Amino acid sequence: MTDSLKRVSEQIDRGAVERVAKLARLELSDAELDEATTRLAGMMAHFADIDALDLDDVEPMTQPYELVNVLRDDVPLETLDHDEVLAAAPDASDGRFGVPPILGLDL
Amino acid sequence: MSTFQSARSIAASVSTGESSAVDIVSEHLARIEEREEEVHAFNLVLHDEALQSAERVDERIAAGEHVGPLAGVPIALKDNLCTRGIPTTCSSNILDGWRPPYDATVVARLADAGAVFVGKTNLDEFAMGSSTENSAFGPTRNPLDTSRVPGGSSGGSAAAVAAGFSAMSLGSDTGGSIRQPAALCGVVGVKPTYGAVSRLGLIAFASSLDQIGPFTHDVADAALLLECMAGHDPGDSTSIPQSFPSLSESLDRGVAGLRIGRIVDLPSGADADVVASVDRAFEVLADAGAEIIDVTIPAFTYGLTAYYLIAPAEASSNLARYDGVRFGSRVEAADTNSMYMATRGEGFGPEVKRRIMLGTYALSAGYYDAYYGKALKVRRLMAQDFATAYESVDALVTPASPSVAFPFGSKTSDPLAMYLCDTYTIPSNLIGHPAMSVPFGAGENDLPIGVQVLAPAMGEPTMFAVAAELERSAGGNHV
Repeated sequence: MTDSLKRVSEQIDRGAVERVAKLARLELSDAELDEATTRLAGMMAHFADIDALDLDDVEPMTQPYELVNVLRDDVPLETLDHDEVLAAAPDASDGRFGVPPILGLDL
Repeated sequence: MSTFQSARSIAASVSTGESSAVDIVSEHLARIEEREEEVHAFNLVLHDEALQSAERVDERIAAGEHVGPLAGVPIALKDNLCTRGIPTTCSSNILDGWRPPYDATVVARLADAGAVFVGKTNLDEFAMGSSTENSAFGPTRNPLDTSRVPGGSSGGSAAAVAAGFSAMSLGSDTGGSIRQPAALCGVVGVKPTYGAVSRLGLIAFASSLDQIGPFTHDVADAALLLECMAGHDPGDSTSIPQSFPSLSESLDRGVAGLRIGRIVDLPSGADADVVASVDRAFEVLADAGAEIIDVTIPAFTYGLTAYYLIAPAEASSNLARYDGVRFGSRVEAADTNSMYMATRGEGFGPEVKRRIMLGTYALSAGYYDAYYGKALKVRRLMAQDFATAYESVDALVTPASPSVAFPFGSKTSDPLAMYLCDTYTIPSNLIGHPAMSVPFGAGENDLPIGVQVLAPAMGEPTMFAVAAELERSAGGNHV
């Protein structure tokens, strides 16, 4: 394991896991946070096998084919039915999705 | 080996009026009635809808219409494929009650070909798992031995075909989720070339890896189903803008003159019965005139690590859309952010949370280069190694699953042990190549073994020629 990876593994403590859960917008119980801390550290240690590879001159590959942006002609097409889409939402009114307050609260 | 009627035979007899679609569908619904409680292949059985569709097929045939190559064929759909107005859950509580406002392209294409949909099949939640034990609605049992798993994540679709609940089914394969359950349930399962089949309406897990593919009783049915659903779709920007090659002509081609590769540095870990079946597959192919050539793919061994960084990274991004706003369940809270956190905390199951956490961590500032960036470079090495191998061979043969179907609970306490199920299937997803599992021999407790055939991108004709040869020698092709 390289120094950089060792440092990363050592940093996986309960506090780091809580930060990741917050980033992922996941409310986790204490038991889940404990489990995640153990598991994440274990998984990351396992992933050390690729850390030993010399990859400096290798280009990353994000998808099977080297696609560029795929654009179609700028003409209107049929879209989903507005009411049908809103009917699937937990809360909708006046033709819009409904959510609890966003502003004015201490987040 | 399956004894059920092939889809080709069903479509032929329904098209000529020799059998009625209603009778065919009723036979399948009767088998569901008989064994579904024990197997639990479905999240939803479309009993009345299927009979109505079958009636329409019979009416059109009586009126002299040409219905299509899947006339009256009962097909089951993995419950991560969108069906307009019909609940689609991904076996997750977070999509409880959601009815999609549109059909997946594959669903529309199969309906146009005359198929009759009999139900939505169970899966590991959001297709994350290799045993269907991660479903929020309870596991599916292997119809061949109900004390064992059917594999996953498309376990319900594999079980539906193996139990004769449907003549064919659709699954999705992100790291082996069609091929491994096909192997464990003794049916044929195909992951097509990335981009060969439209992903529009497939609920995304890892977008650069996901492909929809068939489960069938035999290789010829798989060719038929794939031909019906493949081809360019302007609604999927990763869909390959060219026509899909014909497969039916490949089935009787044989393997004479084909060069088939044996990967000598394949990661170990397959059980002895599986290794013996693969060895026998090479013997059979050599006897049929193929040249067996040893190749090396050094990056193969790093596939699992690359996959378990790339797939959770993409999943953590894709699953951000389940926030209690536009679809599915919501847990009410005082403000939007708390509502997101509570909805996701309650709606997702343990394995989905585990992968979202892993993916979010791997993508977070400071760790991106150490993990995700390296995984993407390994993916490139994998593509290069396969390209080199394909300079000297036309197809490759490996195990599909390291073992036959395993008992419930035997891998659930250790996620890494479960992840090892995907060792031999993952590389094809990383590089977008086609691969399929074909039943070939039996192992422990007479359970089926799947041999995997791999080919380069759009190399399905060669892949099907090899699979058909293996099937012939195993005595598995249907009338």
